[in-house]
Amino acid sequence: MTKISVNEVTKRYADHTALDRMCIEIPERCIYGLLGPNGAGKTTLIRILNQITAPDSGEVLINGEKLCQKHIARIGYLPEERGLYKKMKVGEQAIYLAELKGIKKAEAQKRLKMWFDKFEIGGWWDKKVEELSKGMQQKIQFVTTIIHEPEILIFDEPFSGFDPINANLLKEAILELRDKGATILLSTHNMASVEELCDSITLINHGKSILQGKVGDIKRQHDTHEREIIVRCDDFNKVMAVADTYNNIKVEHTDLHDETKLTLFSESPNELLGQLLQVGQLVSFKEVLPSMNDIFIQEVQSKNQAA
Amino acid sequence: MNKIGLIIKREYLTRVRKRSFLILTFLGPILMAAIYIIPIMLALNSSTDHLRVAIVDESHWFEDSFTNNEDHTFILMPGQPIDSVKDMVKNGVFDMALYVPPTQLNIPSNAVVYSIRQVPMEVETYISSVMQKEIEEQKLMAKGVDPEIVSSVKTDVNLQIMRMDENGNEKETFTKVQFSLGIILSMLVYMFIIFFGGQVMNGVAEEKTNRIIEVIISSVKPFQLMMGKIIGVSLVALTQFVLWILLTGVLYVGFSAYIGLSHPGALSSGTVMTQEIVSNDIMSNENVLQIVQIAQSIDFGTIIFSFIVFFILGYLLYATLYAAIGSLVDNNTDSQQFTLPITVPLMVAIISSFYIVNNPDSSLSVWLSMIPFTSPISMMVRIPFGVPIWQIVLSIVLLAATFVLMTWIAAKIYRTGILMYGKKLSYKEIFKWLKYK
Repeated sequence: MTKISVNEVTKRYADHTALDRMCIEIPERCIYGLLGPNGAGKTTLIRILNQITAPDSGEVLINGEKLCQKHIARIGYLPEERGLYKKMKVGEQAIYLAELKGIKKAEAQKRLKMWFDKFEIGGWWDKKVEELSKGMQQKIQFVTTIIHEPEILIFDEPFSGFDPINANLLKEAILELRDKGATILLSTHNMASVEELCDSITLINHGKSILQGKVGDIKRQHDTHEREIIVRCDDFNKVMAVADTYNNIKVEHTDLHDETKLTLFSESPNELLGQLLQVGQLVSFKEVLPSMNDIFIQEVQSKNQAA
Repeated sequence: MNKIGLIIKREYLTRVRKRSFLILTFLGPILMAAIYIIPIMLALNSSTDHLRVAIVDESHWFEDSFTNNEDHTFILMPGQPIDSVKDMVKNGVFDMALYVPPTQLNIPSNAVVYSIRQVPMEVETYISSVMQKEIEEQKLMAKGVDPEIVSSVKTDVNLQIMRMDENGNEKETFTKVQFSLGIILSMLVYMFIIFFGGQVMNGVAEEKTNRIIEVIISSVKPFQLMMGKIIGVSLVALTQFVLWILLTGVLYVGFSAYIGLSHPGALSSGTVMTQEIVSNDIMSNENVLQIVQIAQSIDFGTIIFSFIVFFILGYLLYATLYAAIGSLVDNNTDSQQFTLPITVPLMVAIISSFYIVNNPDSSLSVWLSMIPFTSPISMMVRIPFGVPIWQIVLSIVLLAATFVLMTWIAAKIYRTGILMYGKKLSYKEIFKWLKYK
């Protein structure tokens, strides 16, 4: 079922068009990646979803209903540029932000205690925000984003400023939220986390969607039929003799003297494999799909050149 | 609790809990009380400096004119050359020397006071008034006027000012009281607008530079946040105002009790000195009557009502503008160019209040008290002098309407401004924001 659908949304500013007839369908209970170079229009789209700005034309539907004031309490938003009131105490501030999302004070207190324990930040309750490090503030900000248990979560670069341990903690928390039923929109430049977390993505460039779909499907579409084969054979020349009969192959030595890595660009590796099995031991065979990083660069550059 | 209520609560509590609020709350009344207390203390302890004045009078007109009192003693030095007396001043035998040269055309001229130190104002005034009186009397007598007549023509004029209204009712007015009230009330409005308007501006700018703004406005509408802040700060202003009045009252009463016990009668004369309300002896029945008359001549109901309305509306009007400007601030240096349009009308209003207080019903004064950007201050100057009801109502309506219009404009600017970073802004650009959806 579709959770969020963005239909033909256009937003113009004085000197440029931030979004140009943008269409996105975000299914329920998924992690949806919003990718694109800087200034592509991601933040504008996110602000429209949060009703911070309104589109010039087009509409946004949530659960099939037109986006309106009541949806605010159902969305949790972690902006890229984060900030808290520096002079306010952590606990007080977290309760204030939860109350603004419509949570009763007692309930907010209970839930915050739970999350503070989970993130091991319980001891900070009475500290002022300015006394905490940036990473610590990020954790608090994350907790305040999800405290009202929204159906929709929008994270803009959630991992920036986190060390690997805390980034992992965050990743697990995001997956857990998805499993509990939340629909998550993730805007990031961190392609590794896209591959790890996202089910589907939209790639935006100059306010237009240039690539859309499931991560697996997109990778397959961009498949260069690259296959990586490692064989073990004492006599390197025997392997070379086989390889020389192909022109779409690359041969490399590996660190181990008796192992050779062959990279084949072909849809039918069976013949090569058969020949290699006769000269040595097959160690591994794998399909190498392009990384999201490569796809991102390739798509954006080709579109920019075309334009 | 609804969201705007939550915002008001936070704005109020964080400000009231600040140390600077506490300090200002206690410092304000002390400063205000000091304005009353210091002159009284000075009046009570002013006899410490006793001055000895040598007189070398070569005209021989003033040898009996000066009388000694507890502040100064006059010592005649007949026949002494002024130069040797000047030396005595230098050596500290006398504090100063008054030299009157011989008469020319039978009239003394060019009297000189020689002193090492600055001559106190009151001594200077006393000497010149005594000499003036003496010369006048001598001149009159030289023209053959009987000394008895000279002393009998001296009278004090007590000019009564009566204001009439259309129905022919007459009311006595007391210009000095109205004058001080007008200045004090308009100053209060001005100070509160500048101070608390500035707090609104800084609060908005803080949220913007902190980058918390985007989190907040994903929960509440920018308009709610802006109004919540403005109302929250206005409640802080009212709290401070009420505390000041209470504390000033407590300090004043406490001080009065102390002075009343230790120096009976001192307080009343001190009050007279500072406030210049009535002449020297407040305790006489005539003057008590006058105070009652003054109190009755002032329409406290209208003054209090107008003060509250113009204070609140004036604050709200300027606070919305300050909020809009706060939203444009990226770093504090470039806020200057945008605060100018706000400070100019305020400055015009406060400077012109010294004109208005002398001409409360001139057409310029009426106009200033109608134009919404100056009216909160200018009208408060006029109110104690009595302003026709229709003018007050018209001014309030204009002010309220402008407030609504300005809130609409400010909200549009605010909404876009708070999310605008690192961009050089021009008025032209800001004007475009008004058209954004």
